[in-house]
This record gives sequence, structure tokens and C-alpha cells, in this order.
Amino acid sequence: MKGWHWDGFFEYLTNGYLLEGAFVTLGLTVFSIVFGLMLGFVIAVMRMSEHKFLSAPAYFYTWIMRGTPLLVQLIIIYTGLPQLGIKFTVLESTLIGLTLNEAAYLSEIVRAGIAAVPRGQVNAARAIGMTPFQVMRYVVAPQAFRIIIPPLGNSVNGVLKTTSIASIISMEELLRRTQVLIQERFLVLELFLVAAIYYLIMTTAWEFVQRWIERRFGRAYDPKAGLVEQR
Amino acid sequence: MTHPTPTDAAPMLDIRAVNKHYGAFQVLKQCSVAVKAGEVVVVCGPSGSGKSTLIKCVNALEPVDDGEIRIDGQLVTDGKADLPRLRSRVGMVFQHFELFPHMTVLENLCVGQEKVLKRGREEARKKADMLLARVGMAAHAGKYPMHLSGGQQQRIAIARALAMDPIAMLFDEPTSALDPEMITEVLDVMVALAQEGMTMMVVTHEMGFARKVANRVVFMDRGEIVEDTPTQMFFDAPKSDRAKLFLSKILSH
Repeated sequence: MKGWHWDGFFEYLTNGYLLEGAFVTLGLTVFSIVFGLMLGFVIAVMRMSEHKFLSAPAYFYTWIMRGTPLLVQLIIIYTGLPQLGIKFTVLESTLIGLTLNEAAYLSEIVRAGIAAVPRGQVNAARAIGMTPFQVMRYVVAPQAFRIIIPPLGNSVNGVLKTTSIASIISMEELLRRTQVLIQERFLVLELFLVAAIYYLIMTTAWEFVQRWIERRFGRAYDPKAGLVEQR
Repeated sequence: MTHPTPTDAAPMLDIRAVNKHYGAFQVLKQCSVAVKAGEVVVVCGPSGSGKSTLIKCVNALEPVDDGEIRIDGQLVTDGKADLPRLRSRVGMVFQHFELFPHMTVLENLCVGQEKVLKRGREEARKKADMLLARVGMAAHAGKYPMHLSGGQQQRIAIARALAMDPIAMLFDEPTSALDPEMITEVLDVMVALAQEGMTMMVVTHEMGFARKVANRVVFMDRGEIVEDTPTQMFFDAPKSDRAKLFLSKILSH
């Protein structure tokens, strides 16, 4: 099997089995970002609380989750917990591991976003009679979200690739399926390149999505938008 | 033009013996001010005198250490007060406008009406349109704050506060962040409001405004209320040396 095989490369480039794996990777990413962001938001708000009994657990959580490798966390969830009678399937273990891990990182991003909304905005919202929840919902969160889009985009890009770690616990995402196919014809270089191309396509597509989101949420802040209308 | 005579009823805003510290530093010392319905009270004093802190205590944006503050007879300064409800009854205008940048002008005027007062969309919109017309901003309803001048933003901020049908208005240095040519347009709106009988407490250095519409001037220095006198008397014959010094500094040009 020496040399480069174009036929094998093109065959796998359009292989349905691999394409499915790529969709699984995409699904894992969307799930862990969406739920990680929700959990991360809760952790961020707890962390910013004046009450120690809220902020301390939040700090402890991020300390553990960011201080240990995702790989170790996944192995503990999938192969360690059954020892205590807690059993998860491969998919469940992957979703739980990715989401819990990502939530810790996203909570720090959310925290920075919330802290970046000027204090005067909070006062203005309180002054018209908003409850703390309404202040967050209508004034702070929308402004914080716009601020965190770029670092959030970084996270999405990162998670797209980090999902490959789940191949270790036999999660059938893109990398795992690539490795399975390698066992058939040993086209190592061709297959890994195909996998790399799939990852590149997904991260590139995300760049466009991110740019759209940034435009969507940046409209109110676009200096040109107003001038055209005003003059 | 003088302001309509205030009633003798209990004060609309009542600040009694308020003390407040930032760490070891005392920003407010035994401050007491009462603003009756229909009254306009201007609070002035050198920077760092505590006037901005005092006005923020009225609707509990800043907590006090001790003392009592009442809005329309209702206590603000006990832990059990329904602060969102009390705040919704008092409008506040800030030095830096603080319009919500992610909302259009119209949304800025409607969000409090809809979410806090639970008014319907149509009703809120009608009220907003009416107030925008009143502050001369009707043509700008669909714009975002960042596309407007400081003077325009502040007029909208006043309209946003009025949209809540407040029983009194607090102004915290409303013209201090404005370019000189925009101060008049904001003061015009405030003067009109005062002449319509709105109860107002105004922290400002605009002595022309004070002369024109204020019933009383409260002069603060180093956390203390040094004078609380009828407007005419404050300008003609200030009692304290500190007020004389302050007036000589800001009226010398």
C-alpha cells in the first residue's frame, strides 16, 4: 500500500458513512454549546453573586472542570461511574462530558460579558422599575450577548474539533469513523486528510454563521447605518 | 415666571437624617430634604459634595446606612420595601443618558411601560409617540441611540422616564455631559415640565435654570446640606460662606 491513492481519497471524500460521522460531530457541537451556554449562564450569575453559598460552588465547579482534561472526564463518566452503579451509554456520556466541560469555559466568557455592561445601564433599568430578573432579561443579557459573540465563536470552533476526543470512548463521530475505515484498506493518509477537510469545512461554515450573527446583533452599533438614514 | 404654589400636603419626596459611608469615608451626613408635590428643588454644590449620591438614594439605587426616605409616604429605606414598584413611580434622568443602546428610541420608551406597567403594545406606543412629539423627537422613533446627538438622547431619556407616568422626577446632572450648544434644548424640556407642575429634584450647576423654575435651592458641601433656602434668597443673600464662595466661582463669568 505504498504511495498516494487518488481513487481512495475521492472515494472517501464522498463516503456516506464518513459524512454521517461529520453530522454526528456537528450535532455534538450544537448540543454542547447550546446546553453548555445555558448552564454556563447560570454558573456565571452564581459566580457573580454576593452570597458565598452561591459563588463558592460556582467557582469550585469551574476549578474542577477547567483543571482536569476532558479526556479524563469522559473516561470517568463512561468507564468509571458504572463501578458505582451509574451507567450511561456512549452517546449520553459524550453529551454529558462535553456539555459539563464546555459550561465551565463558557461561564467565564458569559461572566466577562455581563461585567462589561456598564453599571449605568443597570441603574437605568432599575430606575424604571424593573425587577432584577427583568434587568437581566431585557437590558444586561442582550448587551452581554453581543459582547461575547467573538469569544463564543472561538468556543464553537474549538468544540467542533474537541468532539474528536469522544472517539476514545468509541463515540462514532467523524474521527472514530475515519479510524474504522482505515482498518479496511489502510489508506491512512488519504482518510485522515479527508477527515481534516471535513473539519475544515465545518469550521469555515461556522465562520460565516458567526459573521452573520455579529451583523445581526451589531446593527444598533453600526455607525454607518444611522448616517445614511439621518442625512 | 414663577412656579405654581406647592400644596401643604405631606412631601412627595422626603429624605430624613440620612447617613452613608463608602468604607471609612462619609459621603452623606445627616441629610434631610423634603420636596412637596409640584415643587422644584435644585441641589447644587462642589464636586464630591455628595449631591449625586443623595439623589440616587431617593429611589434606592444607592443604599443608605441609616435615616429614612419616603416616596409619597411610602418608606424606601426598610428592607421590605417593594423597590421595583416604588422606583417605577419616580422617573430618573442620568448624566450619561443611559438609553438602552440595543433598542430603538421607540423600544426604549415602551419597554418599561410593557414589562413593568404591563401596558398593551398599542397603548405603550401611543404614549411613546405622544411623548416623543412633546420633546421634539417624533421623527427619530426608529433610530438607535448611538445615531443621535447627546442632546437628543437626553430628551429621549426624559421622555422614557415620563412614559411611566411618574409622580416625581429626579435629574442627576442632566446637562453635565452635553456639549454647550445642546444644553438649552434639554433645559427647555425641563423648564416646560416644571411649569406644568411636575415635582422635580434636580442636581445641576445650571444656575439659570434654578433661578427660572426652582422653588428652593439646596446647597451641599462635603456630604452636608449647608443651605436649603428659597431660590431668590439663595442667590441674593446666601447665608453660609461656603455657598458664597461656590456662587462666586460659578457665577463669575
